[in-house]
Amino acid sequence: MKRIGLKLAILGILASTTASAWAGESAAVRNCTWCHGAGAQGYTVAPRLAGQRPQYIMSQIKSFREHARNNPFSRQYMWGAVAALDPHTARDLANYFASIPPKPANDGDDTLASRGRTIYMEGIPEANIVSCYACHGPNAEGVRDIPRLGGLAYFYIKGRLEQWGQGYHSTPGSPMPIVASHLGPEEIEALTSYLSFVK
Amino acid sequence: MEANALGGGRGSRIVKATGLRLALLTAALTMVSSVSAGAQERMAPARGGLEAKLEYCKTCHGLSGQGYLGYFAMPRLAGQQPEYIEAQLRAFIERRRSNPVMRNVAHVLSPSMITALAMHFKNLNPKPFGGAPRGSIAAGKRIYEEGLPEANVPACSACHGTEGKGQNEIPRLAGQVYEYMVGQLTGWKSERGQGTAVDTSAIMAPTAHNLTRSQVEAVAAYVSYLQ
Repeated sequence: MKRIGLKLAILGILASTTASAWAGESAAVRNCTWCHGAGAQGYTVAPRLAGQRPQYIMSQIKSFREHARNNPFSRQYMWGAVAALDPHTARDLANYFASIPPKPANDGDDTLASRGRTIYMEGIPEANIVSCYACHGPNAEGVRDIPRLGGLAYFYIKGRLEQWGQGYHSTPGSPMPIVASHLGPEEIEALTSYLSFVK
Repeated sequence: MEANALGGGRGSRIVKATGLRLALLTAALTMVSSVSAGAQERMAPARGGLEAKLEYCKTCHGLSGQGYLGYFAMPRLAGQQPEYIEAQLRAFIERRRSNPVMRNVAHVLSPSMITALAMHFKNLNPKPFGGAPRGSIAAGKRIYEEGLPEANVPACSACHGTEGKGQNEIPRLAGQVYEYMVGQLTGWKSERGQGTAVDTSAIMAPTAHNLTRSQVEAVAAYVSYLQ
């Protein structure tokens, strides 16, 4: 048993290092996963990058570089992190992280998930809360530069939604500040809980 | 103003009384509105209600009503014929037009709100959303203006107008989002004219059916650049 376990562990290490020849030994990838977690699955305040839309990752790198995305963590970490990133490396990183299968954070309140799903799919038309589904897709998978939200950590999405309401920005022209300004704390908790469980 | 013209004590007393009444009214209104702010938000029209609803529409349909590409393509509403907008909102409610998002959206709109929204969008005139492939614009123009007689496709311009502005219940196509146009024309039968009631969408069913995919793309590209 022990020997099989050891072999599996070695195989695991080999598989993870050979996943992408470019990425395996890349210092650029390690610079990201330092904060974004092992396998880029996210870690505390740094969101999961695995499975994210490559165009979204590139648009956010641009937003950090141009200081358009300006919440406190962005200023503190990301403005500096992308400052010296050339466009080629940015594209390679985006494609690499997008290719990693994402794992859901599963860290929301599961009693709120079904309420969150209703808001995600339908919005609350009476309260002028729009459907998230219309832009982010039926399974919160995102498209083009519209991000995948499914499975992102509760803390991260909650923070983003609150920050838009507080006047922080991300991508110029994004409708998200308007969307978020209509969401109350209960709606944010329900939505965020639901999304954390989406596979 | 009036107090000055009248002169003397009586005028200023009127002003004072009016001022007092105004102050009381304002105070009363403030109290009422703060008590029932939550309830009012969930009720229909009023000017603030219209503003909020417009912002809601434009979150998806573009901040100037020019359309938007989310996971789904959201059509341009700017410059659209009000009769068409009203007819489509009714079609969503009555499930003659199937669309999971718009059914919920339309369901809570009062008739007066629908009219007000339609009038607002009619008067917007932003640049087209753009982004369509340009290779087949000339072919699209020909189909738009002459139709495809051998395939039983009438000229689009016959109903939608040479400039694509539409009329009454016939929609404006000028500047319409390319992806939306392609989606509607290729999926006409599964979205429009649902149920048993026959509506104006029936006119388009055979035409949409008779266009090939590349012809649809050509027409969609052509109209998407019309201003």
